[in-house]
Amino acid sequence: MAGSGKSYLEGETGLWSWLTSLDHKRIGLLYFFSVAFFFLLGGIFALLIRLELFSPGALFPADMYNRFMTYHGAVMVFFVIIPGIPAILGNFFLPLQIGAKDVAFPRLNLMSWYFLMTAAVMALCTLLLGGVDTGWTFYTPYSISFKPATILMAFAVFIAGFSSILTGLNFIATVHRLRAPGMTMNRMPLFVWAIYSTAILQVLATPVLGITVLLLAMENIFNIGIFDPALGGDPVLFQHFFWFYSHPAVYIMVLPAMGVISELVTTYSRKTIFGYTAIAYSSLAIAAISFLVWGHHMFTSGQSEVAAITFSVLTMLVGVPTAIKLFNWLATLYRGSIQMTTPMLYTLGFMFIFTIGGMTGIYLATIATDIHFHDTYFVVAHFHYVMVGGTLMAIMGGAFHWLPKMVGKMYNESIARMSFVFIFIGFNVTFFPQFVLGNMGMPRRYHDYLPAFESLNKISTIGSWMIGFGFLIALYAIIQAIRSGSPAPMNPWGSKTLEWTTASPPPHENFLTTPTVTAGPYEFK
Amino acid sequence: MISMFIAMASASTFMPPAATQVAKQLNHLYAFMLISSVISFIILVGGMIYFVYKYKRKTANDKTPYISHNHTLEFIWSFIPFVIFMACFAWGAYIYKEMRTFDENALEINVYGKKWVWEFEYKDGRKITNGVDANGKLEPATMVVPVNTPVKLLLTSVKLSPEDKAVLHSFFVPAFRVKQDALPGRYTALTFTADEKGLFQVFCAEYCGTGHSSMMAKIKVVSKEDFDAWVLGEEAGGAPKEMTLADKGRAAYAKWACIGCHTLDGSPSTGPSWKGLWGNERSFNDGGKAVADENYIRESIMDPNKHVVKGFEPNKMPTFKGMISDEDITAIIEFIKTLK
Amino acid sequence: MSSNSQHHHFAHHFESEEHEYATSKEGVWLFLVSEILMFGGLFVGYIIYQHMYPQVFHEGAMHLDWRLGALNTIVLLFSSLTMVLGVHFSQLGDRKKAVTALAITILCGAIFMCVKYIEYSHKIHEGLLPGAWYTGETHGLSNMGLYFSFYFMMTGLHGTHVLGGMCLILWVLLRANKGEFNSHYYTPVEGVGLFWHLVDLIWIFLFPLLYLVG
Repeated sequence: MAGSGKSYLEGETGLWSWLTSLDHKRIGLLYFFSVAFFFLLGGIFALLIRLELFSPGALFPADMYNRFMTYHGAVMVFFVIIPGIPAILGNFFLPLQIGAKDVAFPRLNLMSWYFLMTAAVMALCTLLLGGVDTGWTFYTPYSISFKPATILMAFAVFIAGFSSILTGLNFIATVHRLRAPGMTMNRMPLFVWAIYSTAILQVLATPVLGITVLLLAMENIFNIGIFDPALGGDPVLFQHFFWFYSHPAVYIMVLPAMGVISELVTTYSRKTIFGYTAIAYSSLAIAAISFLVWGHHMFTSGQSEVAAITFSVLTMLVGVPTAIKLFNWLATLYRGSIQMTTPMLYTLGFMFIFTIGGMTGIYLATIATDIHFHDTYFVVAHFHYVMVGGTLMAIMGGAFHWLPKMVGKMYNESIARMSFVFIFIGFNVTFFPQFVLGNMGMPRRYHDYLPAFESLNKISTIGSWMIGFGFLIALYAIIQAIRSGSPAPMNPWGSKTLEWTTASPPPHENFLTTPTVTAGPYEFK
Repeated sequence: MISMFIAMASASTFMPPAATQVAKQLNHLYAFMLISSVISFIILVGGMIYFVYKYKRKTANDKTPYISHNHTLEFIWSFIPFVIFMACFAWGAYIYKEMRTFDENALEINVYGKKWVWEFEYKDGRKITNGVDANGKLEPATMVVPVNTPVKLLLTSVKLSPEDKAVLHSFFVPAFRVKQDALPGRYTALTFTADEKGLFQVFCAEYCGTGHSSMMAKIKVVSKEDFDAWVLGEEAGGAPKEMTLADKGRAAYAKWACIGCHTLDGSPSTGPSWKGLWGNERSFNDGGKAVADENYIRESIMDPNKHVVKGFEPNKMPTFKGMISDEDITAIIEFIKTLK
Repeated sequence: MSSNSQHHHFAHHFESEEHEYATSKEGVWLFLVSEILMFGGLFVGYIIYQHMYPQVFHEGAMHLDWRLGALNTIVLLFSSLTMVLGVHFSQLGDRKKAVTALAITILCGAIFMCVKYIEYSHKIHEGLLPGAWYTGETHGLSNMGLYFSFYFMMTGLHGTHVLGGMCLILWVLLRANKGEFNSHYYTPVEGVGLFWHLVDLIWIFLFPLLYLVG
């Protein structure tokens, strides 16, 4: 495997060579296409949900709506946002950014993708078995229904979790062992730091989800009673187990997004990042604290008051490193040379949306206000502001930022900007009214509602169409770039990280000569 | 000055009417948070927009200063949010404590969550559930409570039929800012003191299946006089007088043959007497202790040998699990409460 | 990563054999950490329910035969020793001894599973089954099935790991038999060995928790 200089896209071609490729860049693209497909699927479910809620009354029967709601959540969480940034951008750029030739375990990397595909096929097969209507949270005892669809879905989540663990494991080992000479931990790009913190969460939290859904499956097959109050089990324990994973999972979804934003904000301000250490270590701090806050999902569940108060104060602590990051990005803009490219627009959109998402998190961490907002549309709006507004904005920004490197072609700036305008405005039109609906007390997971909630729901649905349209434009911009974009230079944005020091698209070996690092990642001097 | 802002903010928040003291307090907290967030939003996003405008790239070779960090600034923007967060936490925890303070003399009402209706059972035996009005339209169950009187709701989730499975529900009254999950096989409690008369909406906030979004009820807050009149059944809609809940409990006491082992006069028999049981601290053979509350009594009926009271033999009482209904258990608990 | 020749060629993204070895070993350790956390969830559940239903867990444990559990403990401990020897001889490139040691390890795994089979069939015969299926003695307690839910979940998941471990050992045994391992390259044996020790370690916790608390 001597350095041939050929790009990773050349050489072996054909579907089979892609499906058996051990090259992290090709695997990254495999993830890109599959996650994009799942996103389309989850997006269709989202549009169906919003269509039903356009006016009170039943367009779809309640049971069908409940399935849309479940599949939207399950597909988006387990197959889009969790694998999203780490598996696509992380796979592609983590080795490049630390000057490695590949991830530590290329075969395991490919296997992770196959695990995710297996899980996805299983999850889709549940549709043939009548569908799952438990919500993506699978709360017991509702989810103990002895339906084969629920059982299959539990196994699908188990296997998706396995894929996530193996990806995380691979990235940790890569970061620990494969950094180029001179690439000390404190010289790593912040995207790598974010993926690294995420990987730790993936390895430590996902197994608990694994055992939880395994128990849920056993509960449905063998009626073992651990979560079934009729047999002496405790349904609240299921919630504890579920959120012990799923709260850190929120950070699995959003930490990589923060990493992308850190890269973008410094590149397009052409200025070194403000507070490198603070941002890097706040990722680790968020990862660590996120293990101690799961009970804030359960303030009304009947857990003890002492527990509620403890979880509330611990949750507040997560807010601090999050605020630090926002202020650091702001300070990076100060006296920069700001270029309003599409990735930068998405970055600013991220900061706008994430500020709202983060601040509303405080409303939900405060016990008394959470008692009112819990399980209302306020929560729905909050987590969409964080996870969709945050993560998806970052995915889009990152995708356009790195597209020239990935495919060696430039995209059309004005079409891409148009996608941002629709997605950003559509997003706020969709989800901001949901905060107000939550204030008014509209509970979530309703397929029908009181007339008082009608106008805001209508606005929200109209916004959802704008988002959908925006993503179609983005898709067009990407396809257009791949088909007829002008060839990308090595470093179109004047970035300082290592992936821009190799060809666009990179050769199979990433670097023809292993780079030697002598300075930090953002030395704009 | 600050309080004026808070008052202004709380008037424009789209929150539902605040019909309890707790709800009014919460509005203040909410207003404080809203003001803090608007200020932070202006600093962050306003600053962002200003910088983007001011430092727009001018030439292809703009030079930028190398600013890596600033400890003072970093300390300030870590510490100030921390202080605000802690203030929110403390204020929220304080109101939460108020929410969870139960008045001993509160009017107690049992609430059953079923798929997909709420049912209310008063101590006088009156049971309220969904009805149908003259036009055949569904009328949600309406709980009637007196104004300015503490009310305690005992929530549990029950099966609709023997083949059914009881699931989680959550009793949510937006105007009172209270919410509590109803769990199968366990009692949870909720309290409120409505200080405004009116008709208030109740939702189910925990996803529970097909009928989740129609699982609604109402709470009608009336004057004390009207409430007394309603209790007497004078007002239309009041169900005809039945046995009181405690009477039902006494009947269940005979029906399930509790009478064979549990006396009502304080003298121990095969099992402990029920007189004075309520609220008493029980010591067990295994050295454990527990206060006799709703969940303790329920557990003693369903799993009698789990905790055997000191001085009594185990394995004397069979389990009533799978036989006795949730309604009977609630009635027995009420009956025991009357045996002071 | 692997090759059939005597001299192992490390993958192109590593600098040296040692580099590849250390990285692979770290990967195995990280995997073991996630395994521990998965079992950890069950252990935490066990502790919570044991606290909630002390008599159920006491009576449940009385139904287990601690002698069979102890026998299995000894078998697994011994198998860990033979596994260590398997790794040791693989490293020395002593094909015969390595294969023998690994074969004994598999045999120990098989004995363990046989004993488990005897235990399981006894439980099933007596109706000592999880949750709703429990038809054994109730001891006046309502939720005896809960103990056996944990018993079967924990030993079942562990048993699956034993079976998985046996397959992995068979895989390295076949490779050892072909003479693929030597002092330059024995990573797979080492990794499988670590996994087997973890399986053993988990049993060391399961045994007192399930058999001896009564």
